[in-house]
Amino acid sequence: MSAPSREFDVEAIRADFPILSRMLDPDTPMIYLDGGATSQRPRQVLDAEVAYLTHDHAAVKRGAHRMAGAATDAYEDARERVADFLGAPSPDEVVFTKSATEALNLIAHSLGIGDGSTPERLRVREGDEILVTEMEHHANLVPWQELARRTGATVRWIPMAEDFTLDDSELGSLVTERTKVIAFTHQSNVLGTVNPVERLVEAARSVGALTVLDAAQSAPHMPVDVSTLGVDLVALSGHKMLGPTGIGVLWGRYELLEQMPPFLTGGSMIEIVHMDHSTYAEPPARFEAGTPPISQAVGLAAACDYLDALGMEAVAAHEQALTQQALTGLAGIDGVRIIGPAASPQRTGAVSFDVAGRHPHDVGQVLDSLGLQVRVGHHCAWPLHRRFGLHGTTRASFSVHTTAAEVDALVAGVAHTVDFFGSFS
Amino acid sequence: MSTHLSALYTELVIEHDKRPLHAGLREPFGAEVHHVNPTCGDEITLRLQLSADGAERIEDVSYDAVGCAMSRAAASIMADLLIGRTVTEVEPVRAHFEEAMGSRGRVEGDEDLIGDGIALLGAAKFPARVKCVLMPWKAYQAALVETRALGA
Repeated sequence: MSAPSREFDVEAIRADFPILSRMLDPDTPMIYLDGGATSQRPRQVLDAEVAYLTHDHAAVKRGAHRMAGAATDAYEDARERVADFLGAPSPDEVVFTKSATEALNLIAHSLGIGDGSTPERLRVREGDEILVTEMEHHANLVPWQELARRTGATVRWIPMAEDFTLDDSELGSLVTERTKVIAFTHQSNVLGTVNPVERLVEAARSVGALTVLDAAQSAPHMPVDVSTLGVDLVALSGHKMLGPTGIGVLWGRYELLEQMPPFLTGGSMIEIVHMDHSTYAEPPARFEAGTPPISQAVGLAAACDYLDALGMEAVAAHEQALTQQALTGLAGIDGVRIIGPAASPQRTGAVSFDVAGRHPHDVGQVLDSLGLQVRVGHHCAWPLHRRFGLHGTTRASFSVHTTAAEVDALVAGVAHTVDFFGSFS
Repeated sequence: MSTHLSALYTELVIEHDKRPLHAGLREPFGAEVHHVNPTCGDEITLRLQLSADGAERIEDVSYDAVGCAMSRAAASIMADLLIGRTVTEVEPVRAHFEEAMGSRGRVEGDEDLIGDGIALLGAAKFPARVKCVLMPWKAYQAALVETRALGA
């Protein structure tokens, strides 16, 4: 079931986002450039959640009453919708989690707790290696550090090149027979760098390693089709793709999911429970212990509808154009340094920059006074910033509702910030 | 420019940010602490030296602060308020400053007590910035506890 397509008309899109009419001061409209942290939600998503909660809500997968059936249908329809959005062959490959972070923790935990019945491929043990990249969000780094700590495995990483892309010149020596997992982000939440998925998948396959893709910063901005990406497991976040908070997605190849031990245990994920042991349900239920985020799943499905109606190719083209406009405008301001690959035409979503001599909090404060809502700090990618000798950056991130005029306002705002701090002797 | 912004970035704050007082790490010191604000990555390393005569006179506060203008200015102003006074004398200053910073602007601040610290109170209306301004003071308190523990 895919949504009817519509024209990519930014003004019409903006009318769907009630929050965009908010004023911060009587004469200061709110300019939301922080979709990379969390996106705003169109009324279609809000309406879908309200409709579910006011018509169909009950606990899913339990109870014989009709409401339980209605709620279960809504939840499972949402799963189908997300599977369709991702190009997944089956909705059984879609696991709802509370966040992309939980999805990544689920994988990292599961890979560390297998026993003799678990295939070696899905067991990370002492002496094994987990390969990540130096640009990872903490959510795709710390869980692997913890897995390594628990198992005696080692975390290694693909370093950054000076041009803000991965330096994969040593990939051949980093990927060895010991490599069990290669976990990497699809698009950096700081740099906007789009990583070479195909090359990394190929390297992983050559040694039988699993590939884990953090798609939290790509799924909202470009087509993400798991049937062609070639990766084994994917994590994404509902609230970064116009959906609700409190819901994330783990997609995994079914033949892997069905052999992976559960992460969280308890109700809903069991097959048979005895006093001294239990057996577990098949995926995806095995990975969904407890009552799931039902209305959030319904909201996420509506977000998928919304994005599909616009068309992810069109969304990507829109945001690529805004990104290039911002890169060109910001690069023209004295003292502003772009932190990311300026020449990359495929990057979408976010532009990070350094304003010489100014701490990003100070930059963000001045931009906020102009209504510009940007992110400041290390954006949960501290090692990446350290690598480039930065304590933080200022990041503007774009969404389907961002206009060229807003990007102009950003560029003018950054120029004003430079002037503002330059005005003190 | 909004009035909030000019209340935040006063000439005095920018002056302390650009030319911080007592900055740099010096010997001797009784204790050294390192504090981090994990949300923004701001860091301060602070050393505290108390007099050996039991009066707990603050002989030196030296520090290396990486952060926004507000946090760097806060460290500079704090060091200047602390050095040369006893821990007991300084306590009402610290307490009043912390109260005013946490008041969302309701407590005006007594300039006789907190000196240049009055220039930082503009940040009290910005909850996200209160932490920046209080971080040096938290570091001082931790260094005090540690100095006393090491001296005991």
